[in-house]
This record gives sequence, C-alpha cells and structure tokens, in this order.
Amino acid sequence: MNTALRSARKGTTEAAWVRYTLIGVAMLFMLLFLVLPLAAVFTEAMRKGLDAYLDALKDPDAWSAIRLTLLTAAVAVPLNLVFGVSAAWAIAKYEFWGKSFVTTLVDLPFSVSPVVAGLIYVLVFGAQGWFGPWLMAHDIKIVFAVPGIILATIFVTVPFIARELIPLMQAQGNDEEQAAIVLGATGWQTFWYVTLPNIKWGLIYGVILCNARAMGEFGAVSVVSGHIRGQTNTMPLHVEILYNEYQSVAAFAVASLLALLALVTLLIKQVVEWQHEREMKSLSDLSPEPTVHLKAAS
Amino acid sequence: MSATTLPVPSLPATRTKRRVLPGFNITLGFTIFYLSLIVLIPLSALVFKTFTLTWTEFCEAVTGARVMASYRLTFGASFLAALVNVVFGLLVAWVLVRYSFPGKKIIDALVDLPFALPTAVAGISLTALLAGNGWIGQFMEPLGIQLAFNRNGIVIALIFIGLPFVVRTVQPVLEEMEKELEEAASCLGATRWQTFSRVIFPSIAPALLTGFAMAFARAIGEYGSVIFIAGNMPMISEITPLIIISKLEQYDYAGATAVACVMLVISFMLLLLINGLQGWQRRRSGGSTS
Repeated sequence: MNTALRSARKGTTEAAWVRYTLIGVAMLFMLLFLVLPLAAVFTEAMRKGLDAYLDALKDPDAWSAIRLTLLTAAVAVPLNLVFGVSAAWAIAKYEFWGKSFVTTLVDLPFSVSPVVAGLIYVLVFGAQGWFGPWLMAHDIKIVFAVPGIILATIFVTVPFIARELIPLMQAQGNDEEQAAIVLGATGWQTFWYVTLPNIKWGLIYGVILCNARAMGEFGAVSVVSGHIRGQTNTMPLHVEILYNEYQSVAAFAVASLLALLALVTLLIKQVVEWQHEREMKSLSDLSPEPTVHLKAAS
Repeated sequence: MSATTLPVPSLPATRTKRRVLPGFNITLGFTIFYLSLIVLIPLSALVFKTFTLTWTEFCEAVTGARVMASYRLTFGASFLAALVNVVFGLLVAWVLVRYSFPGKKIIDALVDLPFALPTAVAGISLTALLAGNGWIGQFMEPLGIQLAFNRNGIVIALIFIGLPFVVRTVQPVLEEMEKELEEAASCLGATRWQTFSRVIFPSIAPALLTGFAMAFARAIGEYGSVIFIAGNMPMISEITPLIIISKLEQYDYAGATAVACVMLVISFMLLLLINGLQGWQRRRSGGSTS
C-alpha cells in the first residue's frame, strides 16, 4: 500500500480512541437496553429453582394458554401468507389506478395502536356493535371469545409478509415471469418455478416475523379477550394475569417460553440472511461480468 | 431510478392487452376483499361510531382533563424516546457498519429483539430490572432516582420498543455510502469531524428522520410494554391507549371510540409522513448515485 492510499484511509476512519469509545458506548447501551431485559426474563423464571419453573409450566391454565396461542398463530399466519403473496403479486407486478392507496392500506395496521385494533372488532362484533344483536340472536360469540382473538391477531399481522415481498418482487421485475409465460408456462407454473424460488428467503423471513408477532400480540388481543382463564387467555395475557397476581416466577416462566420464541425467531432470521447472502454470492460468481474481470485485473 | 406509481390513463382494452402476466384480477380482487374484511370495514366502524356522537359529546370525550394529560404524556414520552433512539440508533448503526469487533454479528442480530420479543414480556422484564430491588433499580434507588412506576419507566420502555426502527433504517444507508466522498473531503483538508457533519450526516439525515418518525409512531400506540412499568396513575402516568381501555372497562364505548378516533387520525397522518419521508430518502439516494 503506498503512502497516498494510507493517508486516504486515515481520512476515512477515526482515531483509535474514538473508535473504541464509540464501540464501548454502543455496547453499553445494547447491554443495558437489550441484553439485561432478556437475561432478566430467564433469571426471574429460575428464581425459585427448576422445579418451581417446571411446575409453573405444568399448570393447566398455562397449557390452555399455550394451546390457544398456537391455534391463533396456526390460523393467522397461513391466512396472512396467502394474502401477502397475493397482495405482493398484484402490487409489485402491475400498475393500476389506486395502487398507492392499496399499499397504504396494507401498511395501516402497523401504525394503528394495538388497543385501537382491538376496539374496532368490539365495535363490529360486540353486543352494542354492528352485528352484535344478530350474533346474539344466533348464539355466536366472536368478541370476548376465540374468534375475536384470531381476528385481532390477523389485523395486527396483516402487513408482515406483504411488506417483505413487495420491495423484493419490485426489485426483481417481470422479465423472468414474462419469459416463462412466452415459453408456454401457465400462470401457476410461472409462480411456482420462477417467482417462488426468487422470493423464498423474503417469504420465510416474513413468515417468521409474522409468527412472532401473532404469538406475542398483547394489546389488541387484550381488548377482545374476555380474560377467561383456561378459555380466552393467550400466553401474553396469561403472563399479565400471573404477574398482576404477584405470581412472579410463574409469570416469568411463561414469559421465558415467549422469550425463547423470540430468540429462535432471531436465529432463523440470521440463518435466512446468511443463506440469502451465500446464494447471491454464488450467483455473482457464476456470471462473469466485465466489471468483475476489471476489478480482478487491477 | 424506478418510477413510482404513475397511473397511465388508457382504455381498458389496451390495458389488459399490455398485461402479459396472468393473475391480475384474482390477486388484486382477493387483496381488496381481504383488506376490506380485515382492515377497512372494522376501521370504518370506528369512524361511523364516532359520527353517532354529537360535536359537544365528542369534544368532551377527547378533551377531558385526564385525556389531555394522557396526550401530553404519550406525545412527550414518545418524542423523548424517539430522540434518544436517534442518537443511540445512529451510534449502534455506525459501530455495526464501520468497525469490526468481537461479537459484532450477535449484537447485529440482537438489534431486532424488540421486534421479536412480545411486548408484555418486555414490560414485565424491564419492570423487574428497574424496580427498587431489580438489577439496575437497586443502584439507582439510593441515589434518589426512581426508574419504574413513573414517567421514567415509560420513556425507557419506549426506547426499548423503538430502537430497531432507527438502526434498521440508517444501517443500509451507511452501508451504501460511497467512501470516495469521504476520501475527497479528507483530501480537500477536512477534519474527520467536518467530514462527518458536512458530508456523512447530510446523506443519512433523511434516513434518521424516517427512523425517528417510525419510532415515534410506534411509541404513540404502544401499550403492552408500557402498562407494567408506568404505574398508571391518572393525570400523571396514564398513557392514551390505557385511557381507551379504562373507558371500555367502564362500558363508555362512545368515549373510548372518540379517543381511539383521535389516535387513528394521528397514526394515519404519521403513516403518510413516513411514506413521504421514505420517498424523499429514495430520491436523495437515487440522485447521489446517478
């Protein structure tokens, strides 16, 4: 490296003490705000030993909360998956009148307060709501019952998969799909063999984030759940009840399961990113473009 | 630069002809059907319910003393938290992009924790940390600083919730910045600080602002992580979403709806602002590379 280059590098980075101070402050901030809260969940759960921890998880109410959370995610995530793919296809592949309105509508649940999200379903299906009297006459319970919990969860998780796929599909353009169609593929074949392989990492990423939010949603579900123990309590709601009853170990035991879910989500996300990077790298190794040769030669 | 939505006025016949890819009608149809069912109709129920109130009823519901205090608290705490997130979010993004150090990949992955960790879990865990007998609280209490069960706790919870927004909007912009600009600045005799404040900062400012707006918007609606740590004293530490809940618990549906409508309008305006900021950011970065 010649001296000119070295001085240029000097001009584009900081003195060592500045670097180490910045890294130190950033690490301290991350430790205080992210690592400690995470560690606190597990230590509080284990405060009275492993037996108390396991007993808290064996509680039948905890089990029914776990079952309800799994059921909610099992309904909400696939529905939002189908919606996300369909919305991304429509928005990314075509131009149409009102497209920005539809895109805004997809984003809207992200910015609506979870409490408001719960309230709107009470207003539609509650006793004093639009369909309240009719539902009551037919003895159908939606709000303060499982269907309401699932609906509110679907609302707050609507954007996750669509938001992940739209920019991805827009960046990839329509060329490959058009080629497939011209070569005689059906629309379904085109999607399955051309589009899906291109978007699969984004899709997985969207699904795991959607799932994490579906299982962890608190505010919206809290409004539409009747807080009936063993019936309409999801895991986050069960955590709240136990915590408010000063059953700290039990609350943190259930919370630790949710924290594990969050860690697994982050892990899968990381693996997905690495896989994606590796694929992009092998792709760029495959196609020898003139710019690549130039860089290698110099 | 990719053209954004430009509705081309044309006859329906020519338009369908231009569409080579199949599936437009079915995917858009399903998208609109689903959005109507899940988002549009329930949200319009909120608006219609609000319109059943008279103007004076509405004003009374949304400007009561307790409600006004909750707006001040929610907006103030959210603003403060978003500001802290801008400073530390930029710092974390900078350190992650520019420097290498052991454990960097783990830290990078951990930034998304607030997205993945359920808010109720974050709430009880922060409370356990900051309460008088907690890991952090036990050191602060003797100093006369109480962090939990008051407004401090609310701001801390909102900082936790908003951090990833700033980091994840600034990080890609920093990654894509051209080193040549900084080299040029340094060759022309700029100090490192001048290079940062005159060259780097202006090009990441739109992303910082977007991150700020996103963290702020999220903080305003946040409920789960705040209620455990807030103490929830009327007039002092009661956030607006909690006002809606307590009105609902008193079967005051009209009052809850009115306050919710105000919040909905605010979050809708913030969403439009964020979209505008992101458009600005795209144009800025598009302009600098071309």
